Amino acid sequence: MLASRALSLVGKRAISTSVCLRGGHGVAKVERYTLPAYFDRRENPLPDICYVENLSPVQASLKEKEKGSWAALSADEKIALYRISFHQSFAEMNQESPEWKTVVGGMFFLFGLTGLLVLWQRKYVYGPVPHTLDPEYKQKELQRVLDMRMNPVEGISSKWDYENKQWKK
Amino acid sequence: MSLPKPLMRGLLGKRLRFHLPIAFGLSLVAAIAFKYGVTEPRKRAYAEFYKQYDAVKEFNAMKEAGVFESVRPSGE
Repeated sequence: MLASRALSLVGKRAISTSVCLRGGHGVAKVERYTLPAYFDRRENPLPDICYVENLSPVQASLKEKEKGSWAALSADEKIALYRISFHQSFAEMNQESPEWKTVVGGMFFLFGLTGLLVLWQRKYVYGPVPHTLDPEYKQKELQRVLDMRMNPVEGISSKWDYENKQWKK
Repeated sequence: MSLPKPLMRGLLGKRLRFHLPIAFGLSLVAAIAFKYGVTEPRKRAYAEFYKQYDAVKEFNAMKEAGVFESVRPSGE
C-alpha cells in the first residue's frame, strides 16, 4: 500500500524501473546504470537501445507509420526515424577533432611540471650520492676497468691505446 | 538518399592482403640490415682481435697492473 503511494509520487516513468508490488515487499530499485545504455561506437554499430526513449507524439505516429510499407515513407521521415534510433551517424561519430592538440599540449605541460618537481626533490629531499661517484673514485674505477681488459674486442678496452697510454684516435 | 552502398564484406581480407606483404617485407629488411650492419662487423671484429692476441702477454700485463688476487705483481 505504502509502496504504491510512493510510486504515484515518483511518477509514471519510474513505475517500470522501481519498486515492484508483489507480495507487499519491494524489490531493489533498478539503478539506471545497470540498464542497457546507448553509445556511438564504430565497433558496436547497433546499440542495445534506441537513442530516443520518450517519443514525442509526432515521433510516436512516425513509428506507427514505420510498421507499414517503408516505400510509403518520405526521405525526411526515414531520416527522422534514423535520428530516433541513433544519435550520431557513422560519419559524425568518426569525425576528427583537434582534441589531440590539447592532449599533447597538456602532456608536455605535465612533463614539465613533473620535471620541476623532480628537480626540487633532488635538491631538497634526497641526501648526498655515494662516494663511489666522486671524480677521483671514477678515475680509479676506469683505470681498473682498463687494467682488467674489460670488453677488449668492441667495448671500452678496445678504445684505449695501451702502448701510448691514451685513448685511440 | 542515393549514397552508394558501402563495403560490407571482405574488410579483414582486404586489410591483410595489403598489410601482410608489407609486414613480411619490412621484417626481412630489418633482419638483413641487422645481419650486415651488426653481426658481420662483429664477427670480423672478433676475428681480427684474436688474430693478434697473445694470451700470455695480456696475462702478464694484467698481473703487473695488480688486478689478480692469486698472483701479485712481480714487485711485491
